[in-house]
Amino acid sequence: MSSLVYFSSVSENTHRFVQRLGIPAQRIPVRPADDPLEVDEPYVLIVPTYGGGNEGGAVPRQVVKFLNSVHNRSLIRGVIAAGNTNFGTAYCIAGSIISAKCEVPYLYGFEILGTPQDVTRVRDGLDQFWQSQRQIPA
Amino acid sequence: MVEKIPLLQRVSAINWNKVEDDKDVDVWNRLTNNFWLPEKVPVSNDIQSWATLTPAEQELTMRVFTGLTLLDTIQGTVGAVSLIPDALTQHEEAVYTNIAFMESVHAKSYSSIFSTLCSTREIDDAFRWSEENKNLQRKAQIVMDYYRGDDPLKRKVASTLLESFLFYSGFYLPMYWSSRAKLTNTADLIRLIIRDEAVHGYYIGYKFQKGLALLTEAERAEMKDYTFELLFELYDNEVEYTQDLYDGVGLTEDVKKFLRYNANKALMNLGYEALFPKDECDVNPAILSALSPNADENHDFFSGSGSSYVIGKAVNTEDDDWEF
Repeated sequence: MSSLVYFSSVSENTHRFVQRLGIPAQRIPVRPADDPLEVDEPYVLIVPTYGGGNEGGAVPRQVVKFLNSVHNRSLIRGVIAAGNTNFGTAYCIAGSIISAKCEVPYLYGFEILGTPQDVTRVRDGLDQFWQSQRQIPA
Repeated sequence: MVEKIPLLQRVSAINWNKVEDDKDVDVWNRLTNNFWLPEKVPVSNDIQSWATLTPAEQELTMRVFTGLTLLDTIQGTVGAVSLIPDALTQHEEAVYTNIAFMESVHAKSYSSIFSTLCSTREIDDAFRWSEENKNLQRKAQIVMDYYRGDDPLKRKVASTLLESFLFYSGFYLPMYWSSRAKLTNTADLIRLIIRDEAVHGYYIGYKFQKGLALLTEAERAEMKDYTFELLFELYDNEVEYTQDLYDGVGLTEDVKKFLRYNANKALMNLGYEALFPKDECDVNPAILSALSPNADENHDFFSGSGSSYVIGKAVNTEDDDWEF
């Protein structure tokens, strides 16, 4: 089967977007002391872009830690990023970085909490995406 | 009327080694990493380009920039400062002092553009216009009234709407010039301001939501009604202000789309859903691209035929915590 994994800081912005999708999802823990998340099925990752500026730190460090696990990394199938166009060239850049690092498609970018249209597009898009994935023999 | 500015009653030495809300540290670091000064941007390279604008276009640009200067002045000397007594943590207080200072840098940067491109008489005329324009003054008055009010959360709503919505009737114009390869260095400077405002709006909106979580359900509902009422009041005024400025160059409708797009983002910063539907916020792609060259359809794989995947281009990151 397939699933969603996401990260959201205490701002809860990305968490709200995932809630509105209404798709079961696992959250990467915010605090370093929390038990690390280990996944057991293919997933799409939803991640906020931190920052602006070009001094790094665009991918939240908790997400880097999660992806540093070879096992977790082997199961990622795509990435969706949140951001803000105010950050110019750094808009949703976490999506590009993870896509390039993990060699998976960068599926979608949205701003802040996402608009109702973003929610619908991602919900429908993920449905189609997993159907097309299932047609690929394992 | 003598009005006393509310100050904190008691101050303890701030201990950055004992932090209650990690967001305070994250945002402080982000803001200090993003620090910049207008003197570093080579606006003088725009002198030739400025000369290609018609007198009416030059006047419009100067009026837009004095309008932005007024908002930055308010935010620097009243808005961000008014949030300090309401702060939940000492680190939050410190972040507001950073925001206040940076708003003063923004305000000064417009003067820096003026002194590079314009004559003293033109500058004086533009500042006089900012004092006399009814809709600009009204916008300032509405926000100032809330900053003086006695509700900490309403102050944060007003502040977030200023940071994330009220600036954008002005920010439109340098993005427009940039999309036509004009005043491109000035646009680079404005982009630095736009980047800062995003962090400010995000942070103040976040603190608003922290405060909201402590209210009863009925109080939360009242706060939401209040937020939308204020947004509509400001939006109606923004439309008139936009007409004052842009009717002459025929850009009013284009600017209004940009206003609604940013109004939605301001609401989202406060944790509310977008209000204006997508087809009323379809910002001119040239403007969006001047703002963010990445904000295009490449980021919507789902809208395509689904025949090809987009793998992100390798991006150099200097983060050393990646292990692969």
